Amino acid sequence: MRRRLTVLSNRELGAYRVLALADPDGPEPRPGQFSMLAAVEGWGGGEDERPHLPRAFSIARWREGEGGGEARESGREAHYLLEDVGPGTRRLCRLRAGEEVWALGPLGRGFAAPAEGRRAILVGGGAGIAPLAILQDTLQIRDALQDTLGDTLARHPGAAETVVLLGFRDSAHAQGATLLQGARIATDDGTVGHRGLVTELLARELDEDSGAVVYACGPAPMLEAVRALCAARGVPAQLALESGMACGFGACFGCVVPTRDGGYVRVCVEGPVLDAELLERVDAHAGAPA
Amino acid sequence: MSVRFCRLALTHPVINASGTFDLIAADAAFGESLRADFPFAAFVSKTITLEPRRGNPPPRLWESPAGLVNSIGLPNKGLAGYLEHDLPALAALLARMRTHPPVPLITNVMGSTATEIAQLLSACEQRSEIAAVELNVSCPNVKTGLDIGADPVQLQRVIREVRPCLSKPLIVKLTPNTVDVAACALAAQEGGADAVSLINTLRAMALTPASRGLNPWLGGTTGGLSGPAIRPVALAQVAAVALRVSIPVVGMGGVQCARHARELLDVGASLVAVGTESFRDPGAGSRIARGLRAPLGFDG
Repeated sequence: MRRRLTVLSNRELGAYRVLALADPDGPEPRPGQFSMLAAVEGWGGGEDERPHLPRAFSIARWREGEGGGEARESGREAHYLLEDVGPGTRRLCRLRAGEEVWALGPLGRGFAAPAEGRRAILVGGGAGIAPLAILQDTLQIRDALQDTLGDTLARHPGAAETVVLLGFRDSAHAQGATLLQGARIATDDGTVGHRGLVTELLARELDEDSGAVVYACGPAPMLEAVRALCAARGVPAQLALESGMACGFGACFGCVVPTRDGGYVRVCVEGPVLDAELLERVDAHAGAPA
Repeated sequence: MSVRFCRLALTHPVINASGTFDLIAADAAFGESLRADFPFAAFVSKTITLEPRRGNPPPRLWESPAGLVNSIGLPNKGLAGYLEHDLPALAALLARMRTHPPVPLITNVMGSTATEIAQLLSACEQRSEIAAVELNVSCPNVKTGLDIGADPVQLQRVIREVRPCLSKPLIVKLTPNTVDVAACALAAQEGGADAVSLINTLRAMALTPASRGLNPWLGGTTGGLSGPAIRPVALAQVAAVALRVSIPVVGMGGVQCARHARELLDVGASLVAVGTESFRDPGAGSRIARGLRAPLGFDG
């Protein structure tokens, strides 16, 4: 259930902030899972007398440290990538070390590991790069284990082969790319990397290797472009979706997206990571409360 | 703190508002921490209709000042799907919660005619897992346009007609979107209801920003407002109803802590239901129940 956590740090990263929370009793998240966050103090009374509901954030990184010398501390910390885009995110962006946060999580279904022999292509846009950071961490850990244990583990495409493609509005946002390693960048204004859309980079990659598996998170138009590209080429894609949520644990039925079979699925419990082939257009639903 | 309500023995006076807690999803998400401290003294299902419903197209939510506007549209598997799948699953989960005695299950149903409601009640009568039925006559965000509960004459006639189908306790969930909610409550009582519950969400609307043309934001065009924004309205309506009826009243609307719950009990509610606050804190029911047990002045 809900945990009351202390802010360890809240550092600037270009247009973003990286919020680190001490989470001594938190279960280890799977890449792609998320938490519902709300400041303990001062949650409400911002623009339009909001926020009222907690906000959903992908877990960007998870660390299990040495414990900082205190035996009772597990040293576990969770990192979140924040961008000030509304009264909820604004309050969280202003948190200082020592302040407290209500956190519920890890929630939802995360990414599934790539099938044997398939190269992973990670495609992120804006703040949607967050779950790709912990995914890359996990793929690298698996890779390191494999180097140690040799053939005792199933052959898995190495981190060196993993392609990371990230798209941002401008150079201030592109600084977020430092959360991941070896990223190739596209910016709308061309100030960093390729001038244009990250999906243009993806199209080139898929032209060269249609045997890859795509992991994507970002704004709905980007995800829709990824879905369409992958569908046209028969490439499997796992999309981490964002949707307005009140609860994050399946109670409110507010975060649904349409599926190809004519129904709806809840992003919070059936997702947030969904197989692209299950989905209708993913830009048909509107965004989250910010 | 134990209470008797409509022939049910409850360990405390806090239950959930219909449609605000999916027990199956919550158990999958929280497991043992939910079972060890189940938040509600009775569990109310989401609304079940005769036929399956997909619910409204998204977007379904709008955060408003100190509240939430929703237009979910009562998605459910329909009566047959509920009886076959969800009801046994809910009963099995409630049996796993570490509560003594086990938490009773109240099934919430909605029909657009007396004939439909009679079918729903008759089905509930047959199933031993169901301890009581709550009849939704008030949902404002459904295009089928159910307003049975807004007109006291119509409401009394419908309740009287369907009442013989059910020997179990019948709770009528009133609509707040009416001229005189106390008159509707009295009509429900005269029709044969064992209790009334209120308030449901208040009809509400939100628009897209001017840059996007000031169109309705919600896929269902209008929705229902809940959360602390409606608490003073709930207090007034529960007080008015409790003065007019002799049957028990379940009070709800924006309850976030024990102090809010105590206010509803003070104006005449027998039970308090928690809805939107469970979205913020899935353990809110337990927190509020603990606060009610504590001495006055303690806020859970």
